[in-house]
Amino acid sequence: MTVFLFYVFAGIAIGASIGVVIARSPVGSLLFMVTALAAIAGTFVLMEAHFLAAVQIIVYAGAIMVLFLFVIMLLNLGHEAQRDLKGGAFAVVSAGLAGAMAGLLALQLRGSEVVAGSGAGAEAIAAANAEYGVVGAIARPLYTTYVVPFEITGILLLVAIVGAVALAKRGEQS
Amino acid sequence: MINEALVLSAIIFVIGTFGVLVRRNAIIMFLCIELQLNAVNVAFVAFANLYGIEGQIFVFFVMTVAAAEAAVGLAIIISIFRHYETVDVGSFNLLKW
Repeated sequence: MTVFLFYVFAGIAIGASIGVVIARSPVGSLLFMVTALAAIAGTFVLMEAHFLAAVQIIVYAGAIMVLFLFVIMLLNLGHEAQRDLKGGAFAVVSAGLAGAMAGLLALQLRGSEVVAGSGAGAEAIAAANAEYGVVGAIARPLYTTYVVPFEITGILLLVAIVGAVALAKRGEQS
Repeated sequence: MINEALVLSAIIFVIGTFGVLVRRNAIIMFLCIELQLNAVNVAFVAFANLYGIEGQIFVFFVMTVAAAEAAVGLAIIISIFRHYETVDVGSFNLLKW
């Protein structure tokens, strides 16, 4: 059942990703992206990452995608009728490049040893989930072992906010 | 399920790469980069099932950096749009010779 659900979510995610690339209007692209993010959140749940699935929905599909939608509406895009896909030789080269990348990834995946079922980490995660709860299992290492990267992330967000405001603000001279 | 997740991750990453290469709208290119980040997140969560919870913590950091990147990138797109009145990357040719 889990594997079947995984295939369903994976199919939706791949289909919606293709939709992001080929959709005509930016808003359509964005809605496909939200679908893909929701489907990926579904695969996260099936892989025992419940907290990340919730964060994926709330932060990614909620906040970041709304930010994109806001910018699309602000710039009033999507009225051009023509497709904005690059054509001709460039598209062929891009397809070749993407195909080569897919081939290399497939070779690597074929070469790696097959892991059946769940791995060794899954038991550790299940034990941590049972002991501390789904959020606590992530929060404990985040606030102990990885507390310095966590704080640096906070600084990064502050810098990003200041940078975004400074960039998007209208200059006084114009 | 780890193998299936890695295959899914590879497929979504390749689709995202193709999208970045082939679209001309800067915002869609940006969306495709987000798609690539998500593909890597799927791989991280799959590897967390193999090696422990650290993979999930990495996904947490990736999401934060993606949020910061989206904020700054969209601000750059807005300020470019003020100059050129378009987000078509083909018309940003100031550095082209």
